[in-house]
Amino acid sequence: MRELSLNILDIAQNSISAGASLIEIEIIENTAKEEMFISINDNGKGMAAEQVLNVTDPFFTTRTTRKVGMGIPLFKLAAEQTGGSLTIWSELGTGTKISALFKTGSVDFTPLGDISSTVTMLIVMNTDRDFCYRHSVDSREFTLKTQELKQILGDVPLSTPDVAEWLKSYIEEQTQIIHGGVLK
Amino acid sequence: MKTIEELNAIREKAKANMTVREDNEDLIRVIVGMATCGIAAGARPVLNGFVDEIARRKLNNIAVSQTGCIGMCQYEPIVEVIEKGKEKVTYVKMTADKVARIVSEHLVNGNVVTEYTVGAVAK
Repeated sequence: MRELSLNILDIAQNSISAGASLIEIEIIENTAKEEMFISINDNGKGMAAEQVLNVTDPFFTTRTTRKVGMGIPLFKLAAEQTGGSLTIWSELGTGTKISALFKTGSVDFTPLGDISSTVTMLIVMNTDRDFCYRHSVDSREFTLKTQELKQILGDVPLSTPDVAEWLKSYIEEQTQIIHGGVLK
Repeated sequence: MKTIEELNAIREKAKANMTVREDNEDLIRVIVGMATCGIAAGARPVLNGFVDEIARRKLNNIAVSQTGCIGMCQYEPIVEVIEKGKEKVTYVKMTADKVARIVSEHLVNGNVVTEYTVGAVAK
């Protein structure tokens, strides 16, 4: 994957396949420590202990676990090649949490890329689910919760083109602000 | 700068313009493969491209959705177009640049862009 935001999109698709109604995506950047922490947390059907042990093995994939496939191994590789790590917590009937730590100073660190596209697409294509997206850079952070947006929008779906456009620009701007950028 | 409050205005405007979706049966379905293989090959800009182009042209009879692995990973990104009473069309090795042509020639005017289909590319 050329961008970590594509890995995030891919891992979140697993949450959707697992029937999650709420998917939380969190990105925490610590510039002093040169670290980026990414977690995807869902309330989907979860996995049994044996499957948790095997999902990071690309060759484990069988028909029944096909939805996992290469996604987690690729995310794990992206983290480990920077000197970071990946952890999976899951419980049948409760959900799954996948967290990865990246050392951003490593030459093998993949950039986050177009995260606003990933988050917008997830929200717009899955209006029946809820998403909570939080991104922080040192002490600055912003949070986007679809439950709150749905309250304001009422009958108007999140997939409405004007809403999708607003989402994309809003996330882009907020991302720029927490990185200390100046808006035009 | 965008604010959450702007959604109130978007809601009012959207309510005023809300058009009745055509009967589900008559919808043209555009389905983009969004499994690991599709995403790695570039499906995200393709899906975004369809959503943007369809919104820009205000085409209310087309629904864009996503699916898992279609089973031909070497041809990803793959897009399927499903229309009632017609054979399914499978576009392969899609890019964002191919989207506008498929929307105008196929989805609007009904002429399949044969050179982008699996039949032409797999030869």
